[in-house]
Amino acid sequence: MAILGALNPMLSVGLDGDKAWRLADYVKRGGYSALRRVLEQKMPQGEVINEVKKSVLRGRGGAGFPTGLKWSFMPRSFPGDKYVVCNSDEGEPGTFKDRDILRYNPHSVIEGMAIAGYAMGAARGYNYIHGEVWELYERFEEALDEARAAGFIGSDLLGSGFSFDLFAHHGYGAYICGEETALLESIEGKKGQPRFKPPFPASFGLYGKPTTINNTETFASIPYIMNMGGEAYLEAGKPNNGGTKLFSVSGHVNRPGNYEIPLGTPFATLLEMAGGMRGGRKLKACIPGGSSAPVVPAATMMNATMDYDGISKAGSMLGSGAVIVMDETTCMVKALERLSFFYYEESCGQCTPCREGTSWLYKVVHRIENGQGRPGDLDLLESVTTNIMGRTICALGDAASMPVQSFIKHYRDEFAYHIEHKKCLVPVDVQRAGSGFFTATV
Amino acid sequence: MEIEIDGKIAQVPDGSTIMDAAQQVGAYIPHFCYHKKLSIAANCRMCLVQVEKAPKPLPACATPVTNGMKVFTHSELAVKAQKGVMEFLLINHPLDCPICDQGGECQLQDLAVGYGGSASRFQEDKRVVFHKDVGPLISMQEMARCIHCTRCVRFGQEIAGVMELGMANRNMHSEITTFVGRSVDSELSGNMIDLCPVGALTSRPFRYSARSWELSRRRSISPHDSIGANLTVQVKNNVVMRVLPRDNEDVNECWISDKERFSYEALNSPARLGRPMIRVDGALREVDWNVALDYVSHALKDIVSNSGAASLAALASPQSTLEELYLLQKLMHGLGSGNVDFRPRRRDFSADGKLGGVPWLGLQLSEIKNLDAVLVVGSFLRKDHPLFAQRLRQLAKKSGKVSLLSSSGDDSLINLHAQLTVSPADLPLALAAVVKAAAQLKNEAVPAGLDSIDPCATSQAIARSLLDGEKRAVFLGNAAEQHPQAAQLHVLAVELARLTGATCGFIGEAANSVGGHLAKALPTALNAYEMFAQPRKAYILLGVEPELDCYDPQQAVAALKGAALVVMLTPFGDGAAQDYADVLLPITPFTETSGSFVNTEGRIQSFTGVVRPLGDARPGWKVLRVLGNLLALAGFDQNSSEQVRDEIVPAGTTFVAGLDNRVSDVPLSLMVTAGELQRIADVPIYFADPLARRASALQKTRDAVAPTARMNAATLARLAVTDGVPVRLRQGNGEAVLTARADETVPAGCVRVAAAHVTTAALGEMFGAINVERA
Amino acid sequence: MLTSESLKRIDREIAKYPVDQKQSAVMAALAIAQEQQGWLSSEAIEAVANYLGMAPVAAYEVATFYNMYDLKPVGKYKVSVCTNLPCMLSGGVDAGEYLQKKLGIGYNETTADGLVTLKESECMGACGDAPVMIVNNRRMCSWMNPEQIDKLLAELK
Repeated sequence: MAILGALNPMLSVGLDGDKAWRLADYVKRGGYSALRRVLEQKMPQGEVINEVKKSVLRGRGGAGFPTGLKWSFMPRSFPGDKYVVCNSDEGEPGTFKDRDILRYNPHSVIEGMAIAGYAMGAARGYNYIHGEVWELYERFEEALDEARAAGFIGSDLLGSGFSFDLFAHHGYGAYICGEETALLESIEGKKGQPRFKPPFPASFGLYGKPTTINNTETFASIPYIMNMGGEAYLEAGKPNNGGTKLFSVSGHVNRPGNYEIPLGTPFATLLEMAGGMRGGRKLKACIPGGSSAPVVPAATMMNATMDYDGISKAGSMLGSGAVIVMDETTCMVKALERLSFFYYEESCGQCTPCREGTSWLYKVVHRIENGQGRPGDLDLLESVTTNIMGRTICALGDAASMPVQSFIKHYRDEFAYHIEHKKCLVPVDVQRAGSGFFTATV
Repeated sequence: MEIEIDGKIAQVPDGSTIMDAAQQVGAYIPHFCYHKKLSIAANCRMCLVQVEKAPKPLPACATPVTNGMKVFTHSELAVKAQKGVMEFLLINHPLDCPICDQGGECQLQDLAVGYGGSASRFQEDKRVVFHKDVGPLISMQEMARCIHCTRCVRFGQEIAGVMELGMANRNMHSEITTFVGRSVDSELSGNMIDLCPVGALTSRPFRYSARSWELSRRRSISPHDSIGANLTVQVKNNVVMRVLPRDNEDVNECWISDKERFSYEALNSPARLGRPMIRVDGALREVDWNVALDYVSHALKDIVSNSGAASLAALASPQSTLEELYLLQKLMHGLGSGNVDFRPRRRDFSADGKLGGVPWLGLQLSEIKNLDAVLVVGSFLRKDHPLFAQRLRQLAKKSGKVSLLSSSGDDSLINLHAQLTVSPADLPLALAAVVKAAAQLKNEAVPAGLDSIDPCATSQAIARSLLDGEKRAVFLGNAAEQHPQAAQLHVLAVELARLTGATCGFIGEAANSVGGHLAKALPTALNAYEMFAQPRKAYILLGVEPELDCYDPQQAVAALKGAALVVMLTPFGDGAAQDYADVLLPITPFTETSGSFVNTEGRIQSFTGVVRPLGDARPGWKVLRVLGNLLALAGFDQNSSEQVRDEIVPAGTTFVAGLDNRVSDVPLSLMVTAGELQRIADVPIYFADPLARRASALQKTRDAVAPTARMNAATLARLAVTDGVPVRLRQGNGEAVLTARADETVPAGCVRVAAAHVTTAALGEMFGAINVERA
Repeated sequence: MLTSESLKRIDREIAKYPVDQKQSAVMAALAIAQEQQGWLSSEAIEAVANYLGMAPVAAYEVATFYNMYDLKPVGKYKVSVCTNLPCMLSGGVDAGEYLQKKLGIGYNETTADGLVTLKESECMGACGDAPVMIVNNRRMCSWMNPEQIDKLLAELK
């Protein structure tokens, strides 16, 4: 399955067939022309960064930090080694857009990173790829070989005198490595434990050197921005929300998958593109930005637009653009239990509030789901989340807390029912039917 | 930069953290993972404070101060955050302080009083963490108590230089462990016990033997190596129960070595001598002090009158107190004998009488961190001087270039700039090569006698490093002082220092290596080697065990066995003394006497006894004083060790005068390597002195395994032996059978056989020729 | 311990990093050692650590932190089933239960013939293909309905 649908597509243009990921195919689609132009024109580094700034491209990994601004933090005159790192450690439940980029368009990432390396004076880059998508790690290595052979990476790119080499590094099963400083630690051959900031990677990054880390989709967007111009790219989205974005739609829809749409597209349109609700059932809730984003009830969601500001207004975060759709067969306690388990399991164990707090949260939600809830549990959960949030080195503690807070906020009755009646409001067979496991065909 | 903390203004340098600033203004911020000597982890989150304009509380340990910053360490926001963290720390922590060995001296317990709740909201099952066996020194039986601050892990990585503990797994299942079943072997490991803020890592020998509030804390000084680490000795019912470091940034910082921490077990060992003994009809019998002293004084007088004073000799341990050393030499000189020494492991005395003053480190320990380059010559650095090595490790980590020229390829766990490992016989030549390289680099005349030397690239790199930067130093280690050509090494080091502008110094073997010189416990006739090479009629041994402590134990023991009288002043009555001693006088170890040690930087540190003498044991200085009286010698009327000390150095001295490493009139004469097999003898860390030898937990460590005969593959092949087979080692009339071990760090043509161990006590010279064959 | 083939592959990984940063290759090297051995024994971890010049306990930290390393022997095939929320909504939990019934084992257990070990797993980053499974850390299997699972099990011989 390729990228299923697109409105005003860029990243996903021409991505069909088995060979789309090959260098030849990419070049046919206009690939590497941006890098070639930058190098041949010896475009000043500042100009490249300016173009990115003009596009108002915001980091596609989840935090939405303006990319051009981030690039400008790199000390361009720093004489020693500098690094450009791509974060393809996509493991936030609901998110699977980078997987498709790596699968169908790896050279756009390579080209984007090479341009970034040029703009920031970095001669080396790493792409950190989620260990679970092993086939795509291998594919990326092959794409790197193609690019190296063609002179798009390596030393003295296209005779420009600029050298940039790029390597793939695989993860091996740790969600936290999607956090940029944990990812750096992981490349250094350590446990993926996030670093306290400051210092920020731009001054103390990989191996202690200035480093810029961007998401796969962010880098993949760079060639398009350089080709069409920053302003034109911005036009494709709403003000302050430039460009198109890949949305990963999962859960109770008929056609889960990736959809490239301009930022600002109504959620209803996206849901329609994804084939509507599975079995024609009613939307109950949606997590619009990956599992750490607060859950949004159906009514609010149906009126929201898919952009940073729109989702923020709906009380959540656009995050990585992972849209988890839940219909009326969903038990919200069970859903939260699974998410809480995830954050407990993936806590790196470094900071006290997260290490201890995430397990506490899970244990209490687990009790409630299993008919062992106690009066006061919901207040306890809320209190524990307040003690975690904002008290840890990285955002995993917050990410674990926000689902708990939002699920209880919007579905408190359902939780209270579990505690009081020791069972779920949604009958188990109804829940089971919702998954469609025994009825679905591909 | 200016910062306001709880309304108090502080000026702090750029790069300071809120924690630094808080300490400056005296504001206490609760913390666990933060430690002044370790990198910042910011993981416990206990030090969260409120910072004006910051939306979230920030960790004081990791947050850099910005100009004009306003910090509130006890505001509602800060305290709420701190209490929140405390609750998390306690949910999985066993709440059984009364049965925890750390109870009463636990940071978590202390802070829980201020920040913990009175009841737990955590109703779930607590985490279970399995215990680990990590060796005889550290107990990790209670790992459920661990709060994951990672101080122990960082200590290993950053201070000990070897990562033996790590935090495995993740999430709430994170746990501190060694690599599957390994022991913790660092010679600094005990410091992790101090660093552990809870009862997870505790002292295995001390475990459950006392409660912290039952212990009285007394100040003392380490009697082991030449650093003079400051100690707190903890005492219960007149028994030393535990030894801890006492902070002295200029000496031992906040650390001590395991030898210093755990040797106290010997103080309470059954080997302690409780009463004087005299050999009667071949057997040692307990007698009263007056009988023993009477016997000794008469016997000494008889020998002097019958055979002359020159037939007496006295040898002291360099770990004796300044006062003991002084009175011993005074006694000998009073009797008319110049045969007195305190350097039992020395072989070459040709610089005696030609020194500019008392040999010492050449600079203060606290200056090491400012050095740009260091060369250490002839040292088993890490095991000879754990804390000195630690300082060099920190220096090398910063930017100092540390080089090592020795006969040991042991991993110093220091990021060395250069390392040359040569046979003992080649050591002077190798140092000469560095001297020559330095002269060439400076375009100065090459000192006479070095013409034929061709400096290798490493020698040149070392010479170059010593020519760069502001402050540099050349240090001679124990093996350089014990070396058969010690004076040559000394002369070369002085020359190298002169050429490069570095300081030259001796690291010093023992607690009173400098003090012995000040006490003038030096020969005017036969030295420590000659007094056995030319056997005497009578010997007085002060705290020394010649079969383990002498350069040539074979020769020493033979002389002692042939002597008419051997008087030992010793805390211990076991061992070879039983064979050769005629009189055993029980003197007290450092915990039961007052006295002084002068450390390698010339710092005089006096101490008092921390417990009463065991049995009838008496302070050595008192025994010597009474002997002086019985022998009717002049100048033995001191009433306190302080009076003795004040005769040696002026009262109120901190750093002694007369320190000088210059040497004159020792001509350079470098010898070319002989073709025969040479011995390299290290003094294993836990056999280095009588206390360590009898410390039972230390004796169970990996550093205390019995010596082997280590050779490189080429040497093994030449001798037609293989790794693991028994070999017979011969020196002179003595032999030992040890297991041969392949060890590529041993230089060609050498066999490394430890000294100071009963299994090798029959052998001869530490750095002499040795014969090895299949047993 | 490590075969020359494995060492050659590890050398290729080492070459990706600056010369003084060999430790960066530890994740790849452990994965290679696991491929060679089927699981990661302490001997293998130590061999990797020694080869890369790092403390064995540092390599052990890495091996125990990332959950695709198996520090205990597993069956010839390790099937990891994602049961995280997006997969759960599309049958991930049901797929796991179906597999357990079919194989007669629970999670973290191995079939008596040593063929299959079943693991419950976290998000694999392929939620659009739910339910998702991975065989031996390498092969991702998408849309695993009963029919597809049966087909997979028939293949695992």
